[in-house]
Amino acid sequence: METAVKNFKEKTSNVFGINPQDALLSKSYLLVAFAALLLGGTLGLLQGLNRAGLLELPRWLNYYQVLTAHGLLLVLVLTAFFTIGYFYAGLSHNLGGLLPKVRKMAWIGFTLKMIGFVLAVIPILMNNATVMYTFYPPMAASPIFYFGLVFIVLGVWMCAFGSFIQVANWRKNNKGKHVPILSYFATGVFVLLFFGSIPVTIEVLMIIPWAIGWVETINVMLTRTLFWAFGHTLVNIWYLTAVSAWYVIVPKIIGGRRFSDTLTRVVIILLVIMNIPGGFHHQIIDPGIHESVKFLHVFMSLAIAFPSLMTAYAMFATFERTARKKGGKGLFGWFKKLPWGDVRFLAPMLAMIAFIPGGAGGIVQSTNQLNQVVHNTMWVVGHFHITVGISVVLTFFGICYWLIPYISKRVLTPAMNKLGVATTIIWTVGMSLMAFAMHWVGLLGSPRRTSYTTYMDHATALSWDPYLFFLAIGGTLLMVGVILQVYAVVHMMFFAPKGETEFPIADEEDNATPTPYWTEKWGRIIVIMLIVVAMGYVIPVVDMIVNAPPGSPPFRTW
Amino acid sequence: MKMHLDEKIWLILSFGLIMGFMFFTGYQTFVLGMGPPSHMETIDPQNVDNIAPFDEPGVYQVGENEYEVVMTLEIFSFNPGNIEIPAGATVTFIMTSKDVVHGFQVADTNLNAMVMPGHIQKITQTFHEPGEYLVLCNEYCGTGHQHMATTITVK
Repeated sequence: METAVKNFKEKTSNVFGINPQDALLSKSYLLVAFAALLLGGTLGLLQGLNRAGLLELPRWLNYYQVLTAHGLLLVLVLTAFFTIGYFYAGLSHNLGGLLPKVRKMAWIGFTLKMIGFVLAVIPILMNNATVMYTFYPPMAASPIFYFGLVFIVLGVWMCAFGSFIQVANWRKNNKGKHVPILSYFATGVFVLLFFGSIPVTIEVLMIIPWAIGWVETINVMLTRTLFWAFGHTLVNIWYLTAVSAWYVIVPKIIGGRRFSDTLTRVVIILLVIMNIPGGFHHQIIDPGIHESVKFLHVFMSLAIAFPSLMTAYAMFATFERTARKKGGKGLFGWFKKLPWGDVRFLAPMLAMIAFIPGGAGGIVQSTNQLNQVVHNTMWVVGHFHITVGISVVLTFFGICYWLIPYISKRVLTPAMNKLGVATTIIWTVGMSLMAFAMHWVGLLGSPRRTSYTTYMDHATALSWDPYLFFLAIGGTLLMVGVILQVYAVVHMMFFAPKGETEFPIADEEDNATPTPYWTEKWGRIIVIMLIVVAMGYVIPVVDMIVNAPPGSPPFRTW
Repeated sequence: MKMHLDEKIWLILSFGLIMGFMFFTGYQTFVLGMGPPSHMETIDPQNVDNIAPFDEPGVYQVGENEYEVVMTLEIFSFNPGNIEIPAGATVTFIMTSKDVVHGFQVADTNLNAMVMPGHIQKITQTFHEPGEYLVLCNEYCGTGHQHMATTITVK
């Protein structure tokens, strides 16, 4: 009986769309995400103009304060809120509506995160936490900043556990069935989010008593390592979120079928298992980590590229298969059969294309000797403006053009589609110009996280200026993109014509081979993940603790 | 799961690419001695000025056209600064930080290392080309971070 009710609910949600309470939840998350984009983007423009030597910031607002807020708003708020809003809409659609308990957890998570962000932002605004979003000790911010981080983590955990409960409940009622693919992606993302945030939680709990003054010194190397165990995982959480749309949504939009379901799930499993030790490639030129450990981690990092290369094949195979069915001919002629004028395709497609140089750059810079050439230069900033700024964010933009109409019970008008195409092009051009210039000037030696300076008119530093000028041009185009996108989000949520919009989930091929059931054994996947994390971390972390130098007291250097 | 031939080829190439990068990294690190700076010695970060060799930072000749630079980093300066060395000199930089995390980068060379409080970092470079090289801190270290720079003049 219960399953009958359940099935009925699922069918109704498929026919009548999302229930209003679940819609409100996702809308709230998305609104916060795009408010963060507007604010963070504006701060980004200020930095670009400063770095190009065009703008001197007023005394009460220093470059590093702006940079700290830019990072926090875009890499934490925008991405986390979008990811949760998107996947919760997916869970609701996939699994017959959110359980009341789960919905409540997501709201508690929302509240905790908002409290956390307010607590973290106040000291930044007061110039008491100008420590960048990486907050490396022994720089010590106001303790309130770290309390904020604790609340953010607790909020994220609420949402992670909410999704686990939702999925577990569905599995109980659907014994022997595979969890629908988008919910499977959500499970992978929330598993990573939970386990990835444990190291940074330990770090923050080490910092708080030290920042307050109860403890005199801190182990600098250990905190830094714990940070990157989280930091790198976070990057791949956004990436996995974007990938979910590439595998599941994009094929439907171009009128095709999904690539192999087994392969999709294997890619998710591999990304979950191999991700966390990737953090060490941020520490390739650190002291206190042995060369042999660093070499082991070249493998740990490069291994993550493998599932991405699998994805690259799967995506282009799907495109070609679909385009040929529509009569596309020739070696590359079938490209013309793809719906380039549809923003729901164009945005994620350009995002994927950007991941070709983005991923290649990632492979290059995780290789030890090459990393030494570019570490902490503008090259790295260029790298993540391509990967996060285009591959992830442009996919998120593309998702908006069907997700927001879907949750708002409105439709995407042709005019809005055109605006979306324009936004996508402006964004891609702006970000590409900026990221290319950043890579280039980074190779020449220009450092990241440094306000405009000529280093006492040193000839080398002066030769960087023409490249840095592109940061202002790119930044200006991106600001236009931000404004258009935020306008589109608000318009589609509140003003677009009413109607029903589909949640576009592609089907498998008719002759698809069934997916083996071991892909559902999350207990086993998590154990393997923990073993891999242990392989990567136990030796160096024990070394950092046992052979630790005397610790460092807190410093305020701003 | 059935796989097409071209997919197999693609995946083998992908795997080969990763292994290739691994091989070259390992060869450069363990055979050519070009590993990334990874010095393991530690030091009390609150007592740097009293511990040798950092009690006397400076440039020391240790062999024929071989030099050691004992350097401390603190906000927002390198000590010693404005270093002069002859062309063709091989220089080992021995560094530590007296406060927060700093970066040591010399533009137009491959010199790039993190310098952390509590740890001693070492990195070596041979300067073949004469010129005035720009040394800068590439890890955000505070309000004056953009002024933390000096030069190495190779004559």
